[in-house]
Amino acid sequence: MIISVASGKGGTGKTTVATNMAVSLGSDVQILDCDVEEPNAHLFLNPIINEKETVFVPVPKIDDEKCTYCKKCAEICRFRAIAVLAETVLTFPGLCHSCGGCMEVCPEKAISETDRELGVIEKGRVNGLDFILGRLRVGEAMSPPLIRKVRSFVQPDKINIIDAPPGTSCPVIAAMKDTDFVLMVTEPTPFGLHDLKLGVEAVKLLGIPCGLVINRSNIGNNDVRGYAENENLPILMKIPFDRRIAEAYSRGKLIVTEMPEWKEKFIELYNSIDKLAKREKDK
Amino acid sequence: MRELVILSGKGGTGKTSLTAEFAAISENRVLCDADVDAADLHLLMAPDIQRYTDFKGGGIAVINTDKCTECGQCIELCRFGAVKDHFEIDDIACEGCGVCVDLCPEQAIDFPIKTCGQWYISETRFGPLVHARLGIAEENSGKLVALVRQEAKKLAEEKNMGLILTDGPPGIGCPVIASIGGATALLVVTEPTVSGVHDMGRAIELADHFKVPAMICVNKFDLNPDQTNGIEKLAKDRNIAMVGKIPFDPVFTESMVQGKTVFEYNKTSDVNAATKQMWDRIMASPEMNPSGGQISG
Repeated sequence: MIISVASGKGGTGKTTVATNMAVSLGSDVQILDCDVEEPNAHLFLNPIINEKETVFVPVPKIDDEKCTYCKKCAEICRFRAIAVLAETVLTFPGLCHSCGGCMEVCPEKAISETDRELGVIEKGRVNGLDFILGRLRVGEAMSPPLIRKVRSFVQPDKINIIDAPPGTSCPVIAAMKDTDFVLMVTEPTPFGLHDLKLGVEAVKLLGIPCGLVINRSNIGNNDVRGYAENENLPILMKIPFDRRIAEAYSRGKLIVTEMPEWKEKFIELYNSIDKLAKREKDK
Repeated sequence: MRELVILSGKGGTGKTSLTAEFAAISENRVLCDADVDAADLHLLMAPDIQRYTDFKGGGIAVINTDKCTECGQCIELCRFGAVKDHFEIDDIACEGCGVCVDLCPEQAIDFPIKTCGQWYISETRFGPLVHARLGIAEENSGKLVALVRQEAKKLAEEKNMGLILTDGPPGIGCPVIASIGGATALLVVTEPTVSGVHDMGRAIELADHFKVPAMICVNKFDLNPDQTNGIEKLAKDRNIAMVGKIPFDPVFTESMVQGKTVFEYNKTSDVNAATKQMWDRIMASPEMNPSGGQISG
């Protein structure tokens, strides 16, 4: 089972839901922090990290001895990562998407691949929970390849919970694609609703079953609930704004450790997701 | 021409709400929404769209089944797993590199340019707004961000306005990098939570990396005074100006529900006093006045 926790709008409580659900379920759970630009799950779980790996993507390296400045590499590159000026070849590794086109077309075999650092992956454990995070290098623009790398550690026999980045563009898609269920965390405000709609459109495009968690459910207005009803989106949990929850969060504490009565609710949340995901599979 | 870009690292700290407040209390500025992925500023600005333009991104591979001999070359070449077994392209996986297009022995792959979104020039009750909408699941968010900022600059020059207020996206990746190049200064909006502090740290590292001066403000500062003290200390240690602290107040949500700024909804609120004070500090700051020049707002 792979569940992605997403939102559209940032700061609605993705990490809160992902970490509290993971801890409530206890064993056979893995949490994968795919919000690689701003990973936060570790701040609430404090895992013991026992493996660290730097992740690279291939970028071209030109052998000046072999290069005849024919410009074929610059012509195929749609990302303007190679330029040929008279008898100089310039590469711009930051713009390279690692498609390998330049290597393929070089008639002199003058291009090999070198590495650009994307970021790191950290693996660890905490209370029987497997933990993986990706952390994008500051200054690196492309997060999807690092997100895909984090996802390569999914363990099919476990419950995998993915903490996704906000938004609806390529990083979120990389985090949600081919997951069994998307849990959208929203808040009942105009901003929350607007971005929820965009998020739900993205989920529909991917054809994944989806349900909602409404966080700070006692603020704002009723429009999110109305939208959920019209769209047939099940509301699987409501978390009211409660100063105790907000303060626990601010200190990096989980709701379920500060207010143990919530543990049962997060287990129920998982059970309803499991049911909906299975129903979809049986279709 | 000066440009203040509002960022946060972490989402939901109040970037858009504060940008809207600044819009309400400042004068002679162009507004720019650089969060093209989940743009929200227009919800408070009620823009009257004057002009909209399609945003063309890159190409996308399309296999012409009449010409395709199913030789499998494209499947072998594609590093993104975008060519499915039955010779169809997975649009979402396609990176738009065009390698399959150029190297197909039958020239059976087309590469039409895709419309990835739209961008708009609008009038609002707070002056002109340049904003955009990136299509769902699209790439090229950085390109679109660069485009709206460039258009905002053009518009500011045309209208003889000396300031651009840019609402930035969350994170530190592609669209954020595109939001900060060439900006006069950044305002990093954080909140007194472990996540807020962690993500602010990465946003400041990014500002350092690209050598753009940054200032900090703490939203909902009274939710955790210890964390707020920690942020103030960090700002001092790193020599970053702390320009304001905004109290936690449901008035933000109440006014948002009415489609208004706090300035319009409740002028006498503490939030309004705190934002006004912060705005004056920002405009008078050395960060926003790099040549030591005139102070204007």
